[in-house]
Amino acid sequence: MPDLSGIGVCPGVAAGPLLRIAAAPALPAPAPVTDAGAEVERAFAALAEVVADLERRADRATEATVAEVLRAEALMADDEELRDAVRERIEEGADAPHAIDAAFGTFREMFTEAGGYLAERVADLDDLRDRAVAVLLGLPMPGVPQPGHPYVLVARDLAPADTADLDPAVVLALVTEVGGPTSHTAILARALGLPAVVACRGILDVPERTLVQVDGGTGEVTLGASSVFSAKGVDEPELSHPGRTDDGHPVKLLANVGSVKNVPAADQAHAEGIGLFRTELLFLDRTTEPSRDEQVVAYREVFQAMAGRRVVIRTLDAGADKPLPFLHQDGEPNPALGVRGLRVARQRPEVLTTQLAAIAEAAADSGADVWVMAPMVSTLAEATSFADAVHEAGLPRAGVMIEVPAAALRAADLLGVVDFLSIGTNDLSQYTFAADRMCGELAELLDFWQPALLQLIGICGEAGRATGKPVGVCGEAAADPALAPVLAGLGVSSLSMSPRALSGVRASLARYSYAECRRLAELAVAAPDAATARKIVLS
Amino acid sequence: MPTRTVAVGSASGLHARPAKIFVEAAAKAPVKVTIRVGEKKPVPAKSMLSVLALGAKQGTEVVLEADGDGADETLDGLAALLAKDLDADDA
Repeated sequence: MPDLSGIGVCPGVAAGPLLRIAAAPALPAPAPVTDAGAEVERAFAALAEVVADLERRADRATEATVAEVLRAEALMADDEELRDAVRERIEEGADAPHAIDAAFGTFREMFTEAGGYLAERVADLDDLRDRAVAVLLGLPMPGVPQPGHPYVLVARDLAPADTADLDPAVVLALVTEVGGPTSHTAILARALGLPAVVACRGILDVPERTLVQVDGGTGEVTLGASSVFSAKGVDEPELSHPGRTDDGHPVKLLANVGSVKNVPAADQAHAEGIGLFRTELLFLDRTTEPSRDEQVVAYREVFQAMAGRRVVIRTLDAGADKPLPFLHQDGEPNPALGVRGLRVARQRPEVLTTQLAAIAEAAADSGADVWVMAPMVSTLAEATSFADAVHEAGLPRAGVMIEVPAAALRAADLLGVVDFLSIGTNDLSQYTFAADRMCGELAELLDFWQPALLQLIGICGEAGRATGKPVGVCGEAAADPALAPVLAGLGVSSLSMSPRALSGVRASLARYSYAECRRLAELAVAAPDAATARKIVLS
Repeated sequence: MPTRTVAVGSASGLHARPAKIFVEAAAKAPVKVTIRVGEKKPVPAKSMLSVLALGAKQGTEVVLEADGDGADETLDGLAALLAKDLDADDA
């Protein structure tokens, strides 16, 4: 059988029998109903079973938010209006599956019409309908299978509802037909440390229970593996040396954190510092801005834990997919292109000045080498005013994130006024290819091996070499071991990632000389497409 | 019939968590409560799907109606709940 390939989004190799997320059941041909009363009972019992199943899963869920989502879904299935609509349809002559389909269809229309947030909830309605119909037809509940033995989970795409209670002890690897490096599947896989391949065309045609081997690094899926195994965590010897190439060219290996809770994982992975300290966590779900004192406490915890090491803290990155209630940003026609990141300071300069003052206070006497950077910078003027604000706050090191092509193209100018650059590859991909990060259908455009993206990174790296100032990557691309030598060759001087990815990247870098890194970088940028670029480096 | 008009206080509107809290409270009420936006058709307040389908955002004015024993107390309680920011409860 031919082998398949997609985009590897979480390294590691595993093999096992392939099992699919049970597909949504097709509606059977309409059946005549002789006893409407009994049919209504049958339909209600199916809905009740769906509610009970969701509640059981909510009880088992270890995360509070997951449990809450499942309980909200249960409440949607346990709805009197819905039951009334089902009863009406049955009394008009429909059988139970068709009555349920029609009843959900009414709400589906209302949700779609309302648009926005509600239109996105249509998928929940469809899921509930599919579950109820599956019960009626005696089919397995759609969703993650629970066969009682280890297996490779395959799906078109994974929805949060599918994976809410996914057990990483039983699931060996994930493969999806669609999705991209920033899709839910990819994020979930990295969180669980499971080898994962997304955008793998043809995987849905592979027969159920086929033994497959999944390489989450290369993106290759081999059919007909001979044994069941999982090599996550045992494929790399434990390395702790600072990041460097085979011949000693240094590439700092740093960790991304959101709060002091992530620091132990960073330490365990021998991170040389923190390359991205996200500060959004403190602001999320807030209707009022956190006070300066509250910010000082949160920042100081992290700085003190990292005494003697570098901490790159990013100022508030809000807007687009991270709306913050207290900013009252409702109604932007296209939030990804709207007032987000540093742009918030245009409307609310005091949010930034308060944050910088809090960072400065927390940094004082903490012992950490604190650098500050701003998200979503596009022009020299923005970089200049941010650097001025940082220095005025008494902080010595100001940098900017490179997330839009305009900033990458002018990297040399920017380095004239700031002390360092940090490339956010998720957003830089999104804006370079005009492809929404959340859009699974455009996954191949968001592949970090796209030569155009690598070329923009190269412009930044070149500017760094010319000025002697550091240029880091702190997006998901930094976590790809195969890409690490290419990024080093492009002139990137630090890579920052989730702590789990550090050992793989460290080992990969150590396999190449710096000259080889530069040659691979040239070849990757010159490649006609992402797949070729990846193949050149991996061969 | 007793009515209350109240602006939704939750930051994310009458969605997910706030809707769940409101619907659960309405289901426990001793009287049947309806909720509507403007002149649109009133829907049962204890129907999660109908309440979600209102699409009420923060600041949207909704009208609660109920009749019978305890209607006023019930409406007062539910109106107070709607006016609160139910997203912020666990912050």
